Amino acid sequence: MQYYCGIDIGASTAKLVVIDTASETIAKAMGRSGIDYAKTAEQLLADLSAAESFDRSQIVRSISTGYGRDNVPWADGKMTEIACHGRGAFFHFHKRMTVIDIGAQDSKVIHLDETGKRESFKMNRKCAAGTGSFIEEIAHRLALDVCELNALAAGSTKDVSLGSFCTVFAATEVLEKIRAGVDVTDIVRGAFNSVVKRIVEMDRIDGMLVTTGGVVAHNPFLAQLLGQAFGTEAHVAPDAQYTGALGAALFAAEQAPISNRKR
Amino acid sequence: MPASVELKGFEASKKMRGVMGQYFTELMGPESSGKRIAWCTSVGPAELLRALGFEVYFPENHGAMLGATRMATDLIPLANARGFSPDICSYLTSDIGSYLKGESPFNKMKLPGPPKADVLVFNTNQCRDVKDWFGFYAREWDVPCIGVHTPRAIGEVDDIIVTAVAKQIEALVGPLEKISGNKLDMDKLREVTELSLKCTELWKAVLEAAATVPAPITFFDGTIQMGPAVVLRGTQAAIDYYETLLAELKQRIADGIGAVDDEKYRIYWEGMPIWGKIKNLAVQFIELQTAVVASTYCNSWIFDDLDPDKPFEGMARAYSKLFICRSDEPKEGYMERMIEKFKIDGVLYHNAKTCPNNSNSRYDMPQRLAARTGKPFVIIDGDLNDLRLYSEEQTRTNIEAFVEQLSQG
Repeated sequence: MQYYCGIDIGASTAKLVVIDTASETIAKAMGRSGIDYAKTAEQLLADLSAAESFDRSQIVRSISTGYGRDNVPWADGKMTEIACHGRGAFFHFHKRMTVIDIGAQDSKVIHLDETGKRESFKMNRKCAAGTGSFIEEIAHRLALDVCELNALAAGSTKDVSLGSFCTVFAATEVLEKIRAGVDVTDIVRGAFNSVVKRIVEMDRIDGMLVTTGGVVAHNPFLAQLLGQAFGTEAHVAPDAQYTGALGAALFAAEQAPISNRKR
Repeated sequence: MPASVELKGFEASKKMRGVMGQYFTELMGPESSGKRIAWCTSVGPAELLRALGFEVYFPENHGAMLGATRMATDLIPLANARGFSPDICSYLTSDIGSYLKGESPFNKMKLPGPPKADVLVFNTNQCRDVKDWFGFYAREWDVPCIGVHTPRAIGEVDDIIVTAVAKQIEALVGPLEKISGNKLDMDKLREVTELSLKCTELWKAVLEAAATVPAPITFFDGTIQMGPAVVLRGTQAAIDYYETLLAELKQRIADGIGAVDDEKYRIYWEGMPIWGKIKNLAVQFIELQTAVVASTYCNSWIFDDLDPDKPFEGMARAYSKLFICRSDEPKEGYMERMIEKFKIDGVLYHNAKTCPNNSNSRYDMPQRLAARTGKPFVIIDGDLNDLRLYSEEQTRTNIEAFVEQLSQG
């Protein structure tokens, strides 16, 4: 059996997906990216091959993506996360679409035509607003675990606006809301809406709206708010946090040479 | 992807270092004693100043050096603390920071630093910041700051504008004669204008060499090679230099040598260079087998309309036709022609945070131009000098993703 591997070393989390020749995911794993990307990549693949009983020599091609894409010694090639999130999202829906990937450090808007060809893309500016880091910062200010945020925001009934562009100023606004006795659920929803606003102002939406990345994987309510803001349904890609790694694996399969490679 | 990356230098560059070194030494070395120094904005009336016998110093060149040496990011905060916002031109803040700290890249050339001006002469065709920049030194040194207020967002450069600007340039003659102690000799002005025109024609030929596939020279080379076209136009030294460089480019073309090995894609760079990252970006594009073959920036020192027979009118027309002071319609028309001429696959817009006047991604132009030409674009956020405003990783990913997109066909 031949397999293809995609590894997405993001700013916060590393994701690895192995697919077979029918593009079915046969194994996946996730871990903190840490500070030694090469070590993280090696550990993820070693652990996964041991746990899932496949021999890594069966992997005929690997593609790396994400911030750490240049630091995976065993990868045969690299692609940007923009290409990989687009490819991964298109795999699931096969339509003209706009992919919005909200990662820990950046957000991307990717326009694909009906064949999956990229028409254009945009990344957020050099700013944490509109990214997962912003949500982490707000969770920190509210002394909450990030895992609690989605349920809290979904339980909110009021719109509380955080007007600042800047993460630091928005955090100050959060402190003001706490002082004013605003319900924490409404503050969290306000923080979600702040991310949504930063993304809405980045670019337009064409076709189906598909969201990917760790932020929507853990906070599907944020995707719902995003859809409301754009006036369309926001689909969360299956296994949204793995979309980039899946896209990388799909590219690996497309580019695979005929001969097997030992690794 | 090539196994190793090679930046191909030019033989001519050795000569350039000599030419530029001599220019700086004449301005700042012992032999500058007793000379009258005029500071001039890079697209100011340099021909007039040279004809009146001034040694002409261009502080934007110093700004670029501060950026390229990455001294700027440490010096800008000094100007910020003095009252010049981090949001305004980072050439201005770098240069004033350099003055306040008494440190300059010229020190490494064993030169004391920028020369004190006897007069500061601006042209607001680029922006208001150049006037504010010169105003600082005028107050510091108690010297005159005079100049030309060119209209901005010009559509057609018609006779009304040319006449008005020409009159402003002519009105500088009286005050400048007084400061220089020389009477303007119109034959000398015609002679300098002729030299300037020859320089500009050669510089244009150098840049147009990149229309060849593969391009023998890139935008990144151009940012270095443009030195004499900016600071020595109106002199024979600049002409001699560009004749040498052009011969080398012609040889590269004859030999089929491209600046980027196995050139696959060709990009137009719109906006300012990111001076502190010129080499990194040049290397990244080589790795991507992509040549940045044309730019608005390097083309901004092509002054086709200089006219030795009508020097004032010619200067007025040439300096008002500058891309930066035009409205979006002529800008788009110009870029469309460039995209065709240089066989461009995609356009990169540099949105320089502190240079709104030379950032053209802010008013929907990329979208309009892409619709007109069918050529995709990418916008990178950064700055000419202030690397606090630049994200290495975001820029790297944006460029890589853009070339991936071009490879889709």
